[in-house]
Amino acid sequence: MKQLFVFIRKEFFHVFRDRRTLLIMFGLPVVQIILFGFALSSEVKNIRLGISNAEDVSSRQIVNKIKSSSYFLVSEENISEGVIESEFLKGNLTAVLVFPPQFSNDLLHAGAATVQIITDGSDPNIAKTVVNYLTNIITAYQQESFGVATGYRIVPEIRMLYNEEGNGSLNFIPGVMALILMIVCTALTSVSIVKEKELGTMEVLLVSPFRPIWVLIAKAIPYLMLSLANFTVILLTAVYVLNVEVKGSVPLLFFETMLFIITCLSLGLLISNATNSQQTALLLSLMAMMLPTIIFTGFMMPLENMPVPFQVISNIIPSRWYFLIIKSVMLKGLGFEYVWKETLVLAAMTIGLLTIALKKFKTTL
Amino acid sequence: METVVLDHISKTYEKGTVLAVDEVSFSVNKGELFGLIGPDGAGKTSLFRILTTLLSADSGRASVAGFDVVKDYKTIRRIVGYMPGRFSLYQDLTVKENLEFFAALFGTTVEANYSLIKSIYEQIKPFNDRRAGKLSGGMKQKLALCCALIHKPQVLLLDEPTTGVDVVSRREFWDMLKSLKKEGITILVSTPYMDEASLCERIALIQSGKILSVNTPDGIRRAYPVKLYAAKSDNIYQLLMDLRALEWIEHCYASGEYLHFNFVSDEQNLLAGLEEYAVSRGHRHLVVREIIPDIEDCFIRLMNEGKWLSEEQIHAII
Repeated sequence: MKQLFVFIRKEFFHVFRDRRTLLIMFGLPVVQIILFGFALSSEVKNIRLGISNAEDVSSRQIVNKIKSSSYFLVSEENISEGVIESEFLKGNLTAVLVFPPQFSNDLLHAGAATVQIITDGSDPNIAKTVVNYLTNIITAYQQESFGVATGYRIVPEIRMLYNEEGNGSLNFIPGVMALILMIVCTALTSVSIVKEKELGTMEVLLVSPFRPIWVLIAKAIPYLMLSLANFTVILLTAVYVLNVEVKGSVPLLFFETMLFIITCLSLGLLISNATNSQQTALLLSLMAMMLPTIIFTGFMMPLENMPVPFQVISNIIPSRWYFLIIKSVMLKGLGFEYVWKETLVLAAMTIGLLTIALKKFKTTL
Repeated sequence: METVVLDHISKTYEKGTVLAVDEVSFSVNKGELFGLIGPDGAGKTSLFRILTTLLSADSGRASVAGFDVVKDYKTIRRIVGYMPGRFSLYQDLTVKENLEFFAALFGTTVEANYSLIKSIYEQIKPFNDRRAGKLSGGMKQKLALCCALIHKPQVLLLDEPTTGVDVVSRREFWDMLKSLKKEGITILVSTPYMDEASLCERIALIQSGKILSVNTPDGIRRAYPVKLYAAKSDNIYQLLMDLRALEWIEHCYASGEYLHFNFVSDEQNLLAGLEEYAVSRGHRHLVVREIIPDIEDCFIRLMNEGKWLSEEQIHAII
């Protein structure tokens, strides 16, 4: 046992004396989570909107409503129709709302009025979102001002469960967690073992009474602990920087994460068995882990939209199951009774990978 | 008593296409300082890895301290001290941490066997808190030796411990080996430097995976079958060319500032004829004398009985 303890302490020395490892371990996750949380948001915000011809009561009221929403920045209050196109071309505006002359009058007396929404269709996704936002605001205004008096109407009442504000970072957080743990655990573990091979220290380790399997265990334990610390950092960043609320039980989160970390460690051990240089190990863990994780986990692209063969493949990606678990526990607040199936799949994968890794570990050169 | 035994050991790489060790047999007696002498690529490291149970031989048997390298590999791993050819300690750990780590790995402490490493360790003790990667080549070797000795091994296997180390440190290192021998530890050491051969009790000359000869250094020198001469003149390169052109000179090669050569037959008149010939070829300040062959001469002769070596091959050995 003392041997194991000394070995683990040595591993910690390695990590804490290598600035690069530390940076990858703790810097990368925070940067990634903040990047994904803020920069890669799918929401459309800060839309630069021009208003044309809002000169009567009703149009002013609509403009005020628009201004009070956080999505729009009204940059031109009174844009003349002649310059609309040149403003679009210059990229100064994303959308323009054009009121006809006599807008109030038409509305009040004829009972119907038109407004024109012009958007920059070169990015159709943004354009559609802008149209939706504006239509919603105008419809809301119409209802407030004229009530139900206009006849039969269906008013859809929309609720986005578990994420009422439509906070885009919510979906990313579990995905990024899976991605980071996958990369950090797998890459660092495999590199740390291959490093011993590359520097020749493995030769000395093998010619000692220390059992080779213990080398793997001694390697895995420090990275398990570091990864759990890492997970805590990610979780704190998510909660306090990105305002993500953890709805479920935190101990359950840690339990599931620990399971997933062990999966990643086993993968790392497996990679280290197959390679002899640190570069190969790093490339293999990054390429082989990152792409499938991004594509098949479902946090970037919805799995439901993929062709069936891809959906089948996604089942063998461990991070997919972890993503499902974390989403359920963290965002929906579900308990273990709802995620035990996914946990079982993950556990089976872990045991499988770990067995192969231990079996494949060579006790000779 | 034989502590290390190799019996017709063969080892190939790349699915049998590269022969690294070819039917090697020799044995090392208990308490002996035994040298494995040969150029790079001769198969020395493969033999060490077979003895340390890191590689398995294709055929043949080997044992260390009576334990079979295949069957009893766990026991062997406990009782040998191994120093690989490359510096194999943790560069980012300090001298002290490295030593303590290896002590713990073998289930012992630095204090328990301190007497064994004391004389070596005291030389690097002032650098206790320096990282191993920042040590000089000679100090690295001393530290590596300490780490290999920390569990008081019965057999010490040192793979090219003096390669890349300066002359002074090399000499110190050999002195340390001699004092370790007094402790009763059997030492098998390999080196590509022929001049270190005479520091061993017995040596095995190895080339291209084959053992050329096993004997004491003196025994190998005495076994040199012909008289060997050294010659030099003002134009040493021209002299080499001229001597090689002569039919009655068997071997001629450069060694240090002299050329070493021997005649096809040991007759005195050939020597006189040679001097005449050299003068006729315009050589000045010619010096020719008979010499006692050193290990290098023996090696070259053994390696290539009757066949000329290319200049590169000789340089590779020297």
